[in-house]
Amino acid sequence: MPCAALDSLPKDAWIIALALVLAYLLWQRKFFRDFCDETAGRLLLLAAVLMRLHHLPRRMRWFKSQMFSAGIGNVHVVLLVGLFIGMILAMQTGVELARFGQQDQLGFLVSTSMAREMGPFVTAIILAATFGSALAAELGTMSVSDELTALEVLSVDRVSFLVLPRVLALMVMCPMLTIFCDAVGILGGGFISVAQLNVSWGMYWDTAFSALQTKAQFIPIPKDVYAGLFKSFIFGGLIAIVSCSAGMAAQGGALGVGRATSRAVRDSIIATIIANYFLTWMIYS
Amino acid sequence: MSAESIQAPQSDDDVVVRLTDVHKAFGSKQILRGVSFELLRGRCLGIMGGSGTGKSVTLRHIIGLMRPDQGKVEVMGRDLAEVTREELQEMRKRIGYVFQEGALINWLTVAENLALPLQENTKLSKSEIESKVQEKLALVHIPDAGAKFPSEISGGMKKRVGLARALITDPELILYDEPNAGLDPEISRSINHLMREVSETLNVTSLVVEHRIECIKTVADEVIFLYDGKVHVHAPVDEFFHSQDSVLKGFLGI
Repeated sequence: MPCAALDSLPKDAWIIALALVLAYLLWQRKFFRDFCDETAGRLLLLAAVLMRLHHLPRRMRWFKSQMFSAGIGNVHVVLLVGLFIGMILAMQTGVELARFGQQDQLGFLVSTSMAREMGPFVTAIILAATFGSALAAELGTMSVSDELTALEVLSVDRVSFLVLPRVLALMVMCPMLTIFCDAVGILGGGFISVAQLNVSWGMYWDTAFSALQTKAQFIPIPKDVYAGLFKSFIFGGLIAIVSCSAGMAAQGGALGVGRATSRAVRDSIIATIIANYFLTWMIYS
Repeated sequence: MSAESIQAPQSDDDVVVRLTDVHKAFGSKQILRGVSFELLRGRCLGIMGGSGTGKSVTLRHIIGLMRPDQGKVEVMGRDLAEVTREELQEMRKRIGYVFQEGALINWLTVAENLALPLQENTKLSKSEIESKVQEKLALVHIPDAGAKFPSEISGGMKKRVGLARALITDPELILYDEPNAGLDPEISRSINHLMREVSETLNVTSLVVEHRIECIKTVADEVIFLYDGKVHVHAPVDEFFHSQDSVLKGFLGI
């Protein structure tokens, strides 16, 4: 009987209950309180950035240079990793599908996996590790060498001058890089399908493209592509906010900059994974 | 504390900076234990003291980067505890701050570093900003340094650029945080003379935190010696260096 009662609970109740228990346990610990403080600080920084969006025309020079650093500086890494991710996906799923004689569907699986999940996620992880860490190190160095204090003394708005162009640049470049990652991932899957699983190019591409035909309700682009790009847009913002906030809070010389950088990468990846779950739930539930 | 020969203000308008019984602690460590002094318009006040006696902390109170735990900090007639953030930002436009290591933005050229506060806080045209930048670079004797990045210039030049940046808004008060730190004696001398020259040419009020005697002798009109979180000696520069106070004599090594 108790099992039946539990079965009748709505699916999300499990998640909420688990989250509440976890929150209660962690509340007793200092690190969890610190985590809450940091999260509040980051939300305030995000709000400050949103309130300064109208400053963007004045920050165009820095916005463009940050887009260049985030985009051109990392495109080769995204292409390489994306290609191998597509190949791994094709190999892993292809072997299983072949057991049931369903390897014709490989294009469908690789393209939906890349567009929905792997493209945005892998791109975000790469950007967190490269651009996010560089952001934290740069702002951290500015913090420990009094440059941030100098900006305050000079009455220069630090959020508008430093954070706004970086956040917006990453929000633009993360989806752009995701498109490249999706494309080379699907291409990599195609190589493996043809070379190792005896699927013809034509069959692979037909299924790959047909999988991406479902249009979103209000947006005239395939839903999986749009969903992936929307996730990327959010991931880009998260990574930039977390990295900027960690960098600006750095204290205590080179050691402090090192700590800020590792905290930025760690927290960016955690934030990306948690956001990924909720965005997926929001888009596909 | 000896303060007999210090010039008294004619009126409150003459007082640019006034600290009254300022206390500040960081955790359990009490840094300032009732610091009080006045800085009059057009004068240059040096602050000396051992490491950790609160010299830079005092400076940071004056620019509004720190709030006292107790006591009052008045700058240009305004109690900093009562000003809003916007008012404080307006006040800072009338104060120049020269940082110990220059604190120049590394990815901006020297000229861009100088232009930044004008671009952000004024409606001056591009050509007006350029001419003002050139004027200040000439004032600190580095007219050709504008196109260089901070990483391409020497420590002495960084101090000059820091001073030029502090002067760019034509401030009424300049705060120097250890302007001789990390410089060899020859460059230090040239920086000290430049500070004196700027002070006399522009008739600005200055406050210099420094523990090099040479610097204080060159630039200051009067000197404060901070000891045990308080103003231990406050005297005109000549009297200061001939003081019979045993603690000060021990610090100065005379």
